[in-house]
Amino acid sequence: MFEALSEKLEGIFKKLKGRGLLREEDIVSALKEIKMALLEADVNFKVVKDFTERVRVKAIGKEVTESITPGQQVVKIVYDELCSLMGGKHSKINLSPNPPTVLMLVGLHGSGKTTTTAKLAKSFKKDGRRPVLVAMDTARPAAIDQLITLGAQIDVPVYSTRAEDSPIRICADAIKKANSEGRDVVILDTAGRLHIDEQLMKELEEIKKEAKPKEILLVADAMTGQDAVNIAKSFDNRLNIDGIILTKMDGDARGGAALSMIAVTGKPVKFIGASEKIEALEPFHPERMASRILGMGDIVSLVEKAQEAVNIKEAVKLQKRLSENKFTFEDLKDQLTQIRKMGPLENILSMIPGIGKQIKGMSVNDKELVKIEAIINSMTKQERGNYVIINGSRKKRMAMGSGTTVADVNRLIKQYLQMKKMLKMFKSGGQSKLAKFLNFG
Amino acid sequence: MGLFERLKEGLSKTKKLLIENAEALFLGRTVDENLLEELEDVLVMADVGPKAAGSIVGALREKVKKGKIPDSVSLKKALKEEIKSALQDGNGIKITGEKPFVILAIGVNGVGKTTTIGKLAKRFTDEGLKVILAAGDTFRAAAIEQLEIWAQRAHAQIVKHKSGADPAAVAFDAIASARAKNADVVIIDTAGRLHTKINLMDELKKIKRVINKEMPSAPQEVLLVVDATSGQNVIHQAKMFVDAIGISGIALTKLDGTAKGGIIIAIRKELGIPVKLIGVGEGVEDLRDFDAGEFVEALFE
Repeated sequence: MFEALSEKLEGIFKKLKGRGLLREEDIVSALKEIKMALLEADVNFKVVKDFTERVRVKAIGKEVTESITPGQQVVKIVYDELCSLMGGKHSKINLSPNPPTVLMLVGLHGSGKTTTTAKLAKSFKKDGRRPVLVAMDTARPAAIDQLITLGAQIDVPVYSTRAEDSPIRICADAIKKANSEGRDVVILDTAGRLHIDEQLMKELEEIKKEAKPKEILLVADAMTGQDAVNIAKSFDNRLNIDGIILTKMDGDARGGAALSMIAVTGKPVKFIGASEKIEALEPFHPERMASRILGMGDIVSLVEKAQEAVNIKEAVKLQKRLSENKFTFEDLKDQLTQIRKMGPLENILSMIPGIGKQIKGMSVNDKELVKIEAIINSMTKQERGNYVIINGSRKKRMAMGSGTTVADVNRLIKQYLQMKKMLKMFKSGGQSKLAKFLNFG
Repeated sequence: MGLFERLKEGLSKTKKLLIENAEALFLGRTVDENLLEELEDVLVMADVGPKAAGSIVGALREKVKKGKIPDSVSLKKALKEEIKSALQDGNGIKITGEKPFVILAIGVNGVGKTTTIGKLAKRFTDEGLKVILAAGDTFRAAAIEQLEIWAQRAHAQIVKHKSGADPAAVAFDAIASARAKNADVVIIDTAGRLHTKINLMDELKKIKRVINKEMPSAPQEVLLVVDATSGQNVIHQAKMFVDAIGISGIALTKLDGTAKGGIIIAIRKELGIPVKLIGVGEGVEDLRDFDAGEFVEALFE
């Protein structure tokens, strides 16, 4: 999947390479691919349209970071925009100043409400609180048994009734009981229902009126498709939800529904469920979700690393030296240091579209870089500036000093000369091109 | 109420958005690239997926180019034909051959496996067949109890072990019991599992192996239960389940919401797996045989 996407992107990147500022046509063409990626991730069609339009406007005229293609830059802008849309307010559950705090979980059938209820209770228990679960799903066969079993597993009491009580009655009794037993968090596990089921949605409104929950949380399946917007909108319109819990994140669904639901409700995703076991829920990380939905995490981190590592001044200096044809061993060393700042070489190279494929299966050895640096370190200042003076005995000294062989030194000099020749042809070359000409491994 | 009306009624909410959009699109429009693109958008919104939607509209575009689609009315007709031919017929589950007919129900968590099994059992017992349910979901809390309630409702027998038991052993016992009692149908429930969990997929392989050993022709039907609310991940799910044990048919549940279930078109196109059953409501009678013709008619009429 990952590779397929990278390969697809290479196509557009090829067209976009080597331009300084983002131009509208770069952006439009990159966004077309990004739109497809978002749709395949199940982000709602209308949300995708609005979102890409916003990015388009934002991206025009933005600068393209050194060594990065415009297409890659657009991906990064999209990613940042996704993060800011999904993030911001960090999601915690607000507890009521006057306990018990009542929480109400709602959602469609099979979204994972009951399991999530138990996970929430477990995390409250871990924080030293005294939660209680209330079984309100009298519709699904054995739903009450399920909650009772889970309650026993995590040692949290479950209030339930076998009688055919109305859910409103059940929750009224439960809150009364929780009060008298000194429980500080009451979690209501409501029955699954369709968001268009008028009668059952009305029932939720009545439960809300009775229970006055501090928070209402919509439990939604990460695999949800285009309909996520309708579901989230309906529940939010009727109940004014406080947040979303995204379940089944341990699968490989891209989870575009999260973006859709956040976009139409403006409510945060507070937690994710990523296990069948009753473990605490995990906090929601907008950055992780953004790169999961976009599926282009490799490019995003490449751009980020390039932005960190590229020292503009150094780049300008190198450019000048190149134009004067004064590329020395000293410059080579600087370049290597910069490249290595970006992390293990294999990772860096595989992130660059075009190179990824070429080095597939070929082991790129960071040690080779260490060797080169060591040899250059063993050179005198004069030798670094002027390779012509490097004779046999100097080579021998360098080899000894760097713990390499004369053959290694010879190879480096040969590579250096080749590079120098190549660089003449690429006077505007950046470091990714440099990396290409180094004969690693 | 006839089958067609029932289906139409069940689907009426489902199709509302798609139809409204489609109707607005078709009404008195000239057939041009704009219209085709809007049509593609409508299909994407129905969870058909960008790829399948692109190929359906692509086929229409070819016909337009060849002058085969002069107006928006014939475009609508052509779209229906295109989807219908993509779906073909799944036509339900036929109980035939050596007894018992073994149905293995699989799927990810929360799609409605147990409920579908319960309804299916009721349908078979109503037809006078002797049905045994196997409580193969030994993992989820109270899953066995849930199936037990359905067994009572359906007047079917149930074979169960304790929670946490080996589901393959439950399946084995159910088939042995069906043979001893001369039952017609065995339906095996399994725990919901995400297709990405290797150990759980291995467990599924073992269940199939054990069934196979006890009865070489079984399971005659491996039914993947799919939630109509789900999006594009279903294609990946289906692929993984096919790789693990093979799938002979799909049961599409929860079609009574606003989700349009367009994913079945993509599944049929990409994997060739027929849809055999659809769930269009909560009632036992709302589990229906899938019929491509009726499905498309109900979707567009």
